[in-house]
Amino acid sequence: MSGKICFVQGNEACVRGALYAGVRFFAGYPITPSTEIAEHLADQLPRVGGKFVQMEDELASMCAICGASLAGFKSMTATSGPGFSLKQEALGYAIMAEIPCVVVNVQRGGPSTGLPTECSQGDVMQARWGAHGDHSIIALTASSIQDAFEVTVQAFNLAETYRTPVVLLFDEVLGHMRERLEIPEAGVLPVVERLKTDVRAGVNYHPYLPREDGRLPMSDFGGVHRFNVTGLHHDIWGFPTSNDEQVVKLNYHLFDKIESHANELARWKEYYLEDAEHVLISYGSSARTARALVEDRRAKGDRLGLLELQTLWPFPAQLVQDKTANAKSIYVVEMNMGQVASQVKAVVANPDRVFLVNRMDGHLMTPSDISQVMRVVEGRGF
Amino acid sequence: MSIYRLIRQRFFPHLWCPGCGHGMVLNSLLHAVDDLGIDQSQLCMVSGIGCSARISGYVDFHSMHTLHGRALAFATGLKMARPELKVFVPMGDGDATAIGGNHFIHACRRNIDMVAIVMNNRIYGMTGGQYSPLSGRQIGGDDEKSRERSVFATTAPYGSIDRAFDTVELAKGAGATFVARTTAYHVQEMRRLFKQAYEHKGFSVVEVLCQCPTYFGRKNKMGGAVQMLQWLKDNTEKLGSKKLEENPNLIARGVFVDKDEPEYCSEYENSVIAKAHKE
Ligand SMILES: Cc1ncc(C[n+]2csc(CCOP(=O)(O)OP(=O)(O)O)c2C)c(N)n1
Ligand code: SF4
Repeated sequence: MSGKICFVQGNEACVRGALYAGVRFFAGYPITPSTEIAEHLADQLPRVGGKFVQMEDELASMCAICGASLAGFKSMTATSGPGFSLKQEALGYAIMAEIPCVVVNVQRGGPSTGLPTECSQGDVMQARWGAHGDHSIIALTASSIQDAFEVTVQAFNLAETYRTPVVLLFDEVLGHMRERLEIPEAGVLPVVERLKTDVRAGVNYHPYLPREDGRLPMSDFGGVHRFNVTGLHHDIWGFPTSNDEQVVKLNYHLFDKIESHANELARWKEYYLEDAEHVLISYGSSARTARALVEDRRAKGDRLGLLELQTLWPFPAQLVQDKTANAKSIYVVEMNMGQVASQVKAVVANPDRVFLVNRMDGHLMTPSDISQVMRVVEGRGF
Repeated sequence: MSIYRLIRQRFFPHLWCPGCGHGMVLNSLLHAVDDLGIDQSQLCMVSGIGCSARISGYVDFHSMHTLHGRALAFATGLKMARPELKVFVPMGDGDATAIGGNHFIHACRRNIDMVAIVMNNRIYGMTGGQYSPLSGRQIGGDDEKSRERSVFATTAPYGSIDRAFDTVELAKGAGATFVARTTAYHVQEMRRLFKQAYEHKGFSVVEVLCQCPTYFGRKNKMGGAVQMLQWLKDNTEKLGSKKLEENPNLIARGVFVDKDEPEYCSEYENSVIAKAHKE
């Protein structure tokens, strides 16, 4: 991969990834620690034929990207906790109306205004269930600048493939940390373009009729097909319906189109898992800490391994089961009260051997935070 | 040409009550679009949630039925992405000025080219008759008795104490560059104003006072649709008319603002994109 090398923040890596994937519209509202994403895109988008707008709030921003996406633009917004809360209603709309878009949440401490400039991973469950009603969602995360770039490209690809919003759950440390980024040449990473309908003008086009493979080809607003988009339950024309059968069918469609692909959607990294007795599971910036500890203890001969999740939703249950099958104990390392740990417990054979290692004060986890818990669990004292 | 080409006949009958003013707005809008002879594939309609918002399903344009109050935010993204498209944004009074009030003033301020139609029936129709920011404290109008009469709603059982916004003043103050008011009674005037609003480059607001016989009418003993239309006829007058000058209790109709100011999408093109390319 002989690309351009730079030294950038995670937020900028996200912007570079978005541009690589072909983002052409951004709407947002400033909030720490995500603001640099808006600032860079305000600068970059007009250079590539794209548009940037600073809206009056985060919900308006989420609405605006839905509008732009329906007009055929790859669209994104970025925010942090309070803004992510505001976006939820329109995020649900994007799910219901099947509008591809990318929503970045650079997490900070919560609830409420919380810790604006400090780190947390407290929005994992909100990403999954923040919008009301049964639904499914894709959420990705990353622990390095290079990965932030790559998962951002992937987020756009998945949004287009599944016709759905994709959430990027970054965190303050990743967003603000600087590291080397190698931007691959165009064409090195696959970029998925919008699947457009081949139905000709004058022939009935059904915006909500899935093909055999489950995908729904789109037609841009302003194109030859005129159709209705709504957040109400709707039929294949996009027209509101409360027909029992159609309602249930749509609910299952929205859920299954993502959940039934959980295995393909799983992205992860692993370190020393082959013979690991103790498996650490982590993601985002706390995975850096977990990895440091694993490297350190391996050097001393301890059989520790790390499973770093990059896909949080749909939860990669099969992956977690497979990778922890031989573990004596599992430590979930995260900066919240166990939002992923609860998922791990729900899927592994021996939930009693799953332990949470967390930190809630806004500071990045340290290796000794992890080893302290391990000492207690292993009966080596406090 | 026939206005039938502009509707989705498959989706009728519509869900509005008999006598609802929203259907009259649809009718005038279709005639206006027909008069203008616009290619339907260039037309978008973005609406929020409410009885009024259902209008977008009935027109054979590119249509988006969005969230309560948020239509203008969706429309902003759509219009910025494709400035060549023409966008109508019909809203209920609650939709536009309560939950969507912030989006409304900011769309006015940006002066983004689209036509916002405030279908003002002074009540929340869809949810069954609660007061809106346009309900006001008194019925108002020329007749002394009705002028002083309290406005009732299901959430104002003792009479409303909420002062009303004046949509026209709100839009003016927020910077809209075309602002007009008409009523569901004045269908030809409405048709004309829609055309003027459409042809204006910038953010246009047309307030249409209309009747909700089912809730506002019933709660406030205004009679049926016919009586309510009569009320709109009797209590409004054209801007600049002698009658209006002489009687401050009448509500003014007509064009209040019509001015040229830089339009948002053009500014983005001419200023931001042009400068970004120079660097
Ligand atoms: C976020 C949210 N809050 C509340 C509602 C419930 N709701 C639906 S329509 C409506 C008010 C409708 O009144 P108006 O906008 O004046 O339009 P009308 O029905 O009178 O045409 C309300 C409160 C909703 N759909 N979404
Ligand atoms: S409730 Fe009122 S606003 Fe709604 S359709 Fe009936 S008359 Fe119209």
